[in-house]
Parts: sequence; C-alpha cells; structure tokens
Amino acid sequence: MSRPMVEMRGVHKSYGPLHVLRGVDLRVDPGEVTVIIGPSGSGKSTLLRCVNHLEKIDRGHVTIDGEYIGYRRSGNRLYELREREILRQRTNIGFVFQSFNLFPHLTVLENVIEAPLSAQRRPRDEVERLAVELLAQVGLSDKVHAYPRQLSGGQQQRVAIARALALRPKVVLFDEPTSALDPELVGEVLEVMKELARSGTTMIVVTHEIGFAREVADTVVFLDEGRVIEQGPPAQVLDAPRHERTRAFLGKVR
Amino acid sequence: MSTTAVTPTTPTAAAEEPRVVKARHPWRWVATGIVLVLLAMAVNALITNPAWDWPVVREYLFHPSVVSAALFTVELTALGIVLGFLLGTVLALMRLSRVPLLTSVAWGYVWLFRSVPLILQLLFWYNLGALYRQISFGIPFGPAFYSVDSMDLIGPVTAAVLGLALHQAAYAAEIVRGGFLSVDPGQLEAAAALGIPRRRQILRIQLPQAMRTIVPAAGNEIIGLVKGTSVVYIMALPELFYQVQVIYNRNGRVIAMLLVAAIWYLALTTVLSIAQYYVERRFGRGMARELPPTPLHRARRFAATRIAPRLAARRAAQGAAAETSGGGGAP
Repeated sequence: MSRPMVEMRGVHKSYGPLHVLRGVDLRVDPGEVTVIIGPSGSGKSTLLRCVNHLEKIDRGHVTIDGEYIGYRRSGNRLYELREREILRQRTNIGFVFQSFNLFPHLTVLENVIEAPLSAQRRPRDEVERLAVELLAQVGLSDKVHAYPRQLSGGQQQRVAIARALALRPKVVLFDEPTSALDPELVGEVLEVMKELARSGTTMIVVTHEIGFAREVADTVVFLDEGRVIEQGPPAQVLDAPRHERTRAFLGKVR
Repeated sequence: MSTTAVTPTTPTAAAEEPRVVKARHPWRWVATGIVLVLLAMAVNALITNPAWDWPVVREYLFHPSVVSAALFTVELTALGIVLGFLLGTVLALMRLSRVPLLTSVAWGYVWLFRSVPLILQLLFWYNLGALYRQISFGIPFGPAFYSVDSMDLIGPVTAAVLGLALHQAAYAAEIVRGGFLSVDPGQLEAAAALGIPRRRQILRIQLPQAMRTIVPAAGNEIIGLVKGTSVVYIMALPELFYQVQVIYNRNGRVIAMLLVAAIWYLALTTVLSIAQYYVERRFGRGMARELPPTPLHRARRFAATRIAPRLAARRAAQGAAAETSGGGGAP
C-alpha cells in the first residue's frame, strides 16, 4: 500500500463541553476523492477544518503526505508549530468555503494570485499565467478583472476553487461548496469539481449532494455524532448501507 | 388572476394605452417656498447689518498674520492626526492581540486619555518642565544612560502637538479597532487557510476592508481636530483662534475677527469634507457593483436625462403644433 495523502488518527475535538469529534480515523490515498456525508451537527465541517489546522485538535494527529499538521515530530514528541510554520503547511492544502470568502476589494485575478505571491513567493509572471489558465479552466476567462460582488454565487465559488488550486496544493478540501448557492447554480460548480476529480486531484468533499458522491467519490464516509459510522465505495455506502443510522440519514436526504 | 383581458371602463380607454399621470406634491412646494424665504431673511441679516463689519472682515481675512495662523492650525491638525492615528493603530493592534498585558495596557491608555479633558492634558504637557526637570532614558529604577533637560525637549509647540496627538490616539485606537472588527471573520479565515503571512493578512486583506468603516469616523475626527486645535490658545501659541483674539484685543472689532476665524475654519473643513468623499470612493472599490457617481457625474447625468429630454419634448411639441391640430387616438 502506498503512503496515504491524508491520514487522521484518533482525532478528538471539543468546543467547551461539546464533544464534536470523538476519535475519527480517516485515510485518503493520492488522487482519491473522499466524500463525507452526515446529518448537520455530525462534525463534518469541524473534521475538514481540523485537516488544515483551522481548528486545533485536542487529541490524535493529522498528517498530509507524511507531514504532521500543526506539529513537528521529533522522536516520540510532537512539538507545537508556530503560526508562521502552520501558514506554510497550509499552502499545501487548498480550502474552499461554503460562503466563498473571496476578498471583495480585490479583483478576481488579484484574489487568485495573492497567496502564491505572498505565501509561496513564486514569480509574478508565472503565477499570473497560471491564474489566467485556471480561470479559463473554471470557465471565467471573461471575469479576470471583475470584482467578486459583480459575479453570481456560482461564479464566485468557481473563482474560490481557482484560488485554492493556484497554490498547487497536495489536497483540496471542500466545505459544503454548493450549500450557499441557488439551485440552478449548483451544477456549474459541481461540473468544475468533477473535472478536477477526473484530473487526479486529491479531494475531500463535505456535501449534501448525494448524486455527486455517487458519481465522483472513490470513498464515501458517513459521519454521525463525531464518529465514522461506515465508509466504503459509493455503491456500498449509498446503495447498500450496513448501518441503521446511515439508512435513516439517506432515507431523509433522498 | 385569469389571463383574460381587463374589461375597459369606457369605450375610449379600450382604444388607448392608459397614460401615467405623475403624483403631485403641493406641500413640497409650500415647504420649499417657506425655506427659501427664511434663507433670504438670513442672508439679508448677514449682509445688511453693519455690525458684522464686513469691510474689516475683508481687510483681515487674508492678513499675513491670520494666514500664517491658519497655516499653523493646519500644521497642528496634520501632526495631531498623523501621530494620533499612528499611535492609535498600534494601540488597536495591541488591543486585538492575544497577549494579555498588551491588551490591558491598550485598554488602560484609551481609558486614561479619553477620560481627562484635552485642555487639562495640554496644560499638563505644558507644565511638564515643572513636573520633571530632567528626562532620562535608562533602566527603570536603575542608572540612566542619557538625560535631557525637559524644558529643552518639550517647548510649547511640542507640548501642544504631543497633547493633541496623545489625546487623539485614544479615539483613533477605538476607531481603528472598530474598523478591524467590522471585517467579516471569514476573510481572515480565508487568508489563514491560504497560508498568507500574518502581516500581509493585516495589511492587504483586513486593513483595506476596515478602511471603509475607519474613513468616515476618521473624517469626523480630523474635522473635529481642526476646530479642536483652538484650545491650544491657552498655551499662547499663534494658531487661528489665538491670533484673531490678539487682533481684536488691539482693534476692538470682536465680531468681525471672530467671523474671519469662522470663515477659515469653514474653508478648511470644506476642503477636508471633499477629500473624505473621494477617499471613501477609493476604499469603496469592489463593495458596490458600481461606484457611486461623483457630484460632477450626477450633474452631467441630470442634464442629460432631465433637462435635455424636456427641451427636446418642447421642441417636438412646437413642431407638432405647427404641423397639425388633430390626431389623438389611433385610426
């Protein structure tokens, strides 16, 4: 077996008395698409935010391509990293938010090139060329110099995807990328994500789009009350769930 | 509703499209009239009453001593605002930091300098020489490396600038902090998720967005300080208000000289208000789908959409009247 791209081991996370993640193990191989489904409040978003250390985990560990996230391992000790080092680690991890979070005062192009320039210090002409290419890939060649507020929700989310890809990340995390969109705009974003999946990008997607999971996912993970209830290929988890809770959830979503 | 046509009330209405009759607002005209009369009365009272001493106002408005006093007022304002906002920004960042001591020191500073009246603070700085004859830099409670006579270091001008700036910093700190708090937390989260370095997050992502909230409040503060510098007169510094007092104590034309000062303050704040408008436009980029038009644009648009069509309509009506007298409904 090859080295996993993302690995979570026994991850716990609490907000005060609220125990959100109760020992999550997850393994994502390079080039794989993992879709996480589950009822609201099950800890899906928290799980994703723990992967890039937007949330600090209480117990367990997360590695990306063998590198501990948020910590440096030396012997049998994990040393907490400082913010600067964590920020550097995050450039390996693309993140797409439910609410897009584009920078409204910057143009589409400026949004895409900001992090590669300032966080990765790559040369501007290379980054701009890549940005224009990525924007073409997501179908927004004509919006390069527009401001985010001048775009529809679907277009904004596609810019956000291009912005995440501009870092050339090892894995891209999607936190309910279509939940804030009008129904007729969901398709265009999913289409871009399918294209990405086909091109071999390692992705972890939290979503309620069961159809997308069935079509694109290599692995579907069902999360409930902070635990992985079951996981496997979509045909198994979505069509022949073994666990009662999975069946109940899928019954409600359909 | 069904898709059947609306039943016409009269046979003629069926033939034509209904015409829109604009609503009339007679009371708006009445109110406009009353205000115009009041305005005329005010202007009349200003111009015709000889007690205003307009010739004296004209004589002193650009008197060299008044102009240089106005420049000194501008200088005090500029120094007070620039230093005040520099220190205020540092204080705001301290207050927003995760270091408990920095947070509480910043809070304490704002508490102290907002609580003591500016005029008192100015007098304290003015009398610093009496309070501390020597100012030394060194280890606290230990030896000093460098000492300077406080009278040499802090003259009246420095005392005034220091007083204004330190007082201003307390208000600026709150304004800057409010600006940072007004930025959507998702912005910082996105910047952090992209790995953008911390300093860059503040300068490139947060600050420009915070400026939208900071600029209007800062505009208030700058205009407040233009007038606020007049309290410096107690230190006998030749700023605008002190200078006109000196002059009217000599020539006895109190009202005229106060009017001279008022006109200068008006002129200065007008310039600042216009500047603020354009600065706000600059930081409004990307916030609205389209930037709001400037007054110049608006005037042009008004001419194009309101006045020009009316002229054209009048011309067309004249042409039509000359051509034919009938022709209402379609044949």
